Amino acid sequence: MGNRPPVRDRRVRGRSRWRGYVYVLPAFAVYLTFAVLPALHTAYLSLFEWDGVTLGDWVGLGNYAEIFQDPVLRRSVFNALVLVVFFSFVPIVLGLLSTGLLARYRRPGMGAYRFLFMLPQVVPLVAVGVTWRWLYGDDGVVNQALRLVGLDGATRAWLGDFDAALVAVGLVGTWVLSGLCMMLFLSGVQKVDPSLYEAARIDGAGPVREFVAVTLPHLRGELAVAMTVTTVAALASFDIVYVTTNGGPGEQTTVPGLLVYRLAFSEGKVGLAAALAVVLGCLILAIVYLINRLSRSES
Amino acid sequence: MNTVARSERWSGYALLTVMAIAVVIPFLSVFLASLQPAGTPVVGLTWPERWSWDNYETAWSVAGFSDLIRHSLVIAVGVVPACLVLAALAGYALGTMRLPGGGAVAAFFVAGLTIPVELIVVPLYFDLRNVGLTNSYLGVILVEIALFMPFSVFWMRTHFRSTPASLVEAARIDGASSATILVRILLPLARPSLMTLGLLVFMWSWNQFLLVLVLIQDTTKHTAPAGLGFFVGQNSTDIPTLAAGTIIVMLPILILFVVFQRSFLAGLLQGAMKG
Repeated sequence: MGNRPPVRDRRVRGRSRWRGYVYVLPAFAVYLTFAVLPALHTAYLSLFEWDGVTLGDWVGLGNYAEIFQDPVLRRSVFNALVLVVFFSFVPIVLGLLSTGLLARYRRPGMGAYRFLFMLPQVVPLVAVGVTWRWLYGDDGVVNQALRLVGLDGATRAWLGDFDAALVAVGLVGTWVLSGLCMMLFLSGVQKVDPSLYEAARIDGAGPVREFVAVTLPHLRGELAVAMTVTTVAALASFDIVYVTTNGGPGEQTTVPGLLVYRLAFSEGKVGLAAALAVVLGCLILAIVYLINRLSRSES
Repeated sequence: MNTVARSERWSGYALLTVMAIAVVIPFLSVFLASLQPAGTPVVGLTWPERWSWDNYETAWSVAGFSDLIRHSLVIAVGVVPACLVLAALAGYALGTMRLPGGGAVAAFFVAGLTIPVELIVVPLYFDLRNVGLTNSYLGVILVEIALFMPFSVFWMRTHFRSTPASLVEAARIDGASSATILVRILLPLARPSLMTLGLLVFMWSWNQFLLVLVLIQDTTKHTAPAGLGFFVGQNSTDIPTLAAGTIIVMLPILILFVVFQRSFLAGLLQGAMKG
């Protein structure tokens, strides 16, 4: 930037510098046409009351007002936030716990754990949902285990139980995402200079102090990533809920994703569905922004 | 190493092992259920008295999993190469050339990482229906390419940025055009990155559910996960057959995972990092 080339040369170079966009164009065009414009179109649709067939009526921000007033819609946003606890908070705590316990040693046998923990990450969430539907059923493994330890009174049809369903769905997310958090933290901690642990140990630090003083500060980046990925997974959840409970019993496990689908394609409230999708998108964007902001300003 | 440290280490392994068992039991449970005689009530983890593989045959033919899997493959075959080509081209320009406003364009792609399917699926249905692309694989393919493009471009851009600039510089001095540099020099070096990206994109394409559910309402054209989701609604009492179907849907991606463990794991971890 500082030393400018002679004028003529600069003009030629200037044009050829733009030429690189030829390579970007195809990717950009597809991304714009089939992702960005539809997102904007959603925002536009959210300003109408439209059944998908006849002409829509302009309602301005009316659909948004309805989201904040309608108990079912509010409930779905609340449920999504509860799911964040199980999809994000619990997996991160488990990941940190195991990392804390294993950080200070070279660990043989990690390859096998790595492989196992990533399994739930690669299979379709629909298949995960079907699997857990069966595990949570009357004769499923969960109840079988409870009977085995004599807790017959605690057995129930978990996904049909008003009090237990949301937690049960949440725990499926815990099952899917814990391994990812754990592996992220464990691979992050491998980059820590071992001499830092030695120094801490010489200073007489116990395992807890060592974790707080050495391990945790080095995992800031990984923590931000784990929080982002898992929170987005919780807020935008659809597959697992659709297959396990479809929102029931009552509205106990409805999430925004499910309602967007239901409102637009079976209840003919396309505008309202679009507004809910926009709220969901904004919520995700805000949280991702916040997490990145926090992790950057502290480092 | 003193005893305190040793107990600490073992408690770490103990925790990992408990979690590993928790991960495996659901898989084991659904696998064992798939081997019980069709239509019988199954209780939790039960070792089958007789291994009835015919549930797989039933699921395969009755539930039409051969068609479902074929449809999933058709979509993946459309999505994966297109993603690799488009992302390699864009990543090359954004990663190695000093494009005016290149940073902003890259950031615009990255912003796409936060787009959930829910945010785009409603207008897509109506817009694609208007141009005759609902109930068509082409429609799903185009949308999936767009959805995976932010990550793919970012992945390839990161790759090309890390290749030594001197390599490109030397070729340029030799008079190679930018296309020649990409095809002859950089792409051969990018094979591992491209392969990992290909595996990730295949996995996302294979696992896609909501998009297919909306864009392909004709159930005879469903993909494997969508077919499974539909199958559950219709056939939730016959646990063994349902379990067999579930295994069939998981199997292709599990096989890829076993074969390409290293690239897959590296991709998943780094991919999360980049996301």
